[in-house]
Amino acid sequence: MTGALSLSVRVAETVDLAPDIRRIRLVSTAGDPLPLFSGGAHIVVSLPTAQGLIRNPYSLTSCPHDGTAYEICVQRSPSSRGGSAFVHDGLKAGDELDISYPVNLFAMDRRARKHLFIAGGIGITPFLAMMQQLALEGGTFELHYAMRSPDSGAARQDVEARYGAHRVRTYVSAHGRRIALADLLDGQPLGTHLYVCGPARLIDDVLLQAREAGWPDENVHCERFAAPPSGKPFLLDLARSGHRIEVGAHQSALEAIEAAGLEAPHLCRGGACGQCETAVVSCDGALEHHDHFLSPDERESGRKFMICISRIAGERLVLDL
Amino acid sequence: MTIVFNDETFRGDYTFANSPSAVRRFPFPFNEDTYMYSVNIEPHTAGPKGSVYEFPIDIDEHYVADMRDRAITLREDPLRCQSLPHMITAEWDLLDLLMVSLAQSYPDLFTLTRDGDRWHWINRPLGLEQAFIFGDVATLPCPPMEYITRQCQGDFCLLDQRNGDLFVDSGMVTAQADWSLDFDIGMSFKEWHAPVPFAHEMGIFERAQKFLLNMQIGRPVRRLNWTMTVNPRLDTAPETYPLWGPDRGTVTPDNVGDKVHLRVELQALWRLPRSNAIVFSIRGYLIKVDEIATVPKWHRRLHRVLKTLPPEIAAYKGLTRYLDTTLDWLAVRDDGQPTSPGFGPD
Amino acid sequence: MLSPSILSRPVYPGLRVDKFARLNLILAEGDGAEAVLALSQTPDATCAFFARSLIFHCAVNAAERAILPALEALAPQALWSFPSAETTLVRLRGVLQTATMGTRILAAGTEPFIGQVVAEAAVFGVDPRSIITEHRGSTRRRVQCVHCKGMIENVTQNPVVCSHCGLSLFVRDHYSKRLGAFQGVCIDAEAPGHIPAAEELYP
Repeated sequence: MTGALSLSVRVAETVDLAPDIRRIRLVSTAGDPLPLFSGGAHIVVSLPTAQGLIRNPYSLTSCPHDGTAYEICVQRSPSSRGGSAFVHDGLKAGDELDISYPVNLFAMDRRARKHLFIAGGIGITPFLAMMQQLALEGGTFELHYAMRSPDSGAARQDVEARYGAHRVRTYVSAHGRRIALADLLDGQPLGTHLYVCGPARLIDDVLLQAREAGWPDENVHCERFAAPPSGKPFLLDLARSGHRIEVGAHQSALEAIEAAGLEAPHLCRGGACGQCETAVVSCDGALEHHDHFLSPDERESGRKFMICISRIAGERLVLDL
Repeated sequence: MTIVFNDETFRGDYTFANSPSAVRRFPFPFNEDTYMYSVNIEPHTAGPKGSVYEFPIDIDEHYVADMRDRAITLREDPLRCQSLPHMITAEWDLLDLLMVSLAQSYPDLFTLTRDGDRWHWINRPLGLEQAFIFGDVATLPCPPMEYITRQCQGDFCLLDQRNGDLFVDSGMVTAQADWSLDFDIGMSFKEWHAPVPFAHEMGIFERAQKFLLNMQIGRPVRRLNWTMTVNPRLDTAPETYPLWGPDRGTVTPDNVGDKVHLRVELQALWRLPRSNAIVFSIRGYLIKVDEIATVPKWHRRLHRVLKTLPPEIAAYKGLTRYLDTTLDWLAVRDDGQPTSPGFGPD
Repeated sequence: MLSPSILSRPVYPGLRVDKFARLNLILAEGDGAEAVLALSQTPDATCAFFARSLIFHCAVNAAERAILPALEALAPQALWSFPSAETTLVRLRGVLQTATMGTRILAAGTEPFIGQVVAEAAVFGVDPRSIITEHRGSTRRRVQCVHCKGMIENVTQNPVVCSHCGLSLFVRDHYSKRLGAFQGVCIDAEAPGHIPAAEELYP
């Protein structure tokens, strides 16, 4: 009973919004309405690449109240393990795909008297759905959208037109414009919630500055799009089932387990949600934690491991699976 | 499907009773001869035809009388239905879930037609018809959760999920086993469960909370909870305790069969789509001990469970004052034969 | 000290400095002022900390007002003295209307006072967890009668007679942050008239 249910969809349309950003529109192959969702939710798309099945999470950018189709925006990743490359080069209208039901690990706090969105590049995607939801249901929000060049912002014109200059500010770093974070953080009414999504550097910077501007942690939310990093291959022994699996250089432990036809608990596949936490039986080297879930103490204890994203500096890892 | 609805009362003259088929489908909660807390969650999937699990939301012969009793409770105490303002999206999610479920499961009783956000609802048993715009509160006679839960058996709580925790921020609670929505609304998961003895030390709530936080759309779950009541009274809230509390002292050896009731809650939980909230439905079923006695296995088992129940649990469930009298009555008819495993009658 | 009994019963960890806060709202009721003085002895409670603090002191009598010079000596941005909890909260409400993120609330005093500060701040979107609290002084409680919904102030005994409807209530440890009160439930519903003698449990 792990993870979300899945459904079968067909690619209805692909649109290149920017040189490296492609929007995909998905409809149900059975013709049924798709499950509605909450802004910030993502789906996990199973991509049948030449290197094998790759499952990547993508934020839904379509309106949460619209069950006729889903939209996602995929940026071609320079260090792609094949997923985003497949979306850009291999996917076309008419293709069928398996996707998960929507899962939300980046939900809005609906008590907020104001929602402050900070987006960097492709990090705009979860906010596209959130803003549509707030516009429909009522809610005060403000978007600050940073991008490298004027045409790299996938949704820039769209959001400016829809929501107006009083709610949307864009910052093109090629033109030397950056978000004046300190000023932004100091002028918000009590009860504002801040949400940031984008490159790790942006997120780390915003979280740090928010803390140093006196924002309590419970008012600051982020979503990191972390893909499993590559590394040295290693052996994975599953203590309970007795399986021995080779984890490849460009494959996470979870992906290796799945490639071997087995299942393991997981949800976000990006090291954030904690669902894949597994007990370590032994490791002949150091654990390399790449997640954002375990506490520093838990990492040091060497007893916990997030199979969707972490690796080891060693030859062999034995997990309680 | 045709249901014949009872004309009965859950207060005053207490004319409530179960038909033989209602007794047969009763969700008896004990699958062995002793009871201890457990997380006991299972997928809420379609169960056997005619059972309380056949449909996601169960309507039975008590429906009309139940809703009438709810309306009385709400008239006397409107605070039994409250919703913090940020829960409005979850309220619409709940209305969607319940209307669609009822119309699909009981097409003879309920009809829902939808044209975009123009919805049209017909409730034949209660004689209601409503055209409204989904999402527009002004087009309903009262807020969405109140509107639909006045037409659905069971209590409903909407849990907001945020900061890795769950908060009971909204609810229609008129048939509760002795807890106050007005007092508990806004509390976190551990806070509102604080008064329950033992379960915290056993880690029950920690496991349950972790499970609920990871619930996904399309994968509802359910579990059973139980207590006992004197008289088939739905409104056993702390607010009205001075009204029903004294009944606990009116149980005599002669009236146990008629007065003492087993009260089972079928609790089901769904993840809601637009709000990401969780709905916790608490569907109560009442059965007199006399009616339980018509099923020998249940009779024996109830006796043995109550006999071995830890006193703290008995006290928390409010049984203390009439437990011994009830045990004596049950003992007479417990022939000591073994009971078969599982919940159902033999 | 207030000891945790059940999980809904709040725990007050003690005042501390959030050195990143841009503005501190320090609310001290009665003996709570001593918690503020104790805080001022800690290394992070610098002059700069108090220079960006507004101190709201609730002092109901001359004895409680005697501490004012010591609070003045901390050189806060502002120091206001109020004759009652109610008037203190009126001022708090006014300040919160225009407060910005980066404002930190600290509250020290009796549990009912802290509870009212928490409830007031919640209206402005401040999560209860964001508020730094310390219990000082009387352990008296605020109790909501679950039957008539009336609030009973200054409860030091258990059971207590509801000052609104007259029922005798058992004071439970079950606490609501939203209401800032403990729950009182009729103690003799099942055996009318059988009311145990009141014990002074929350002096």
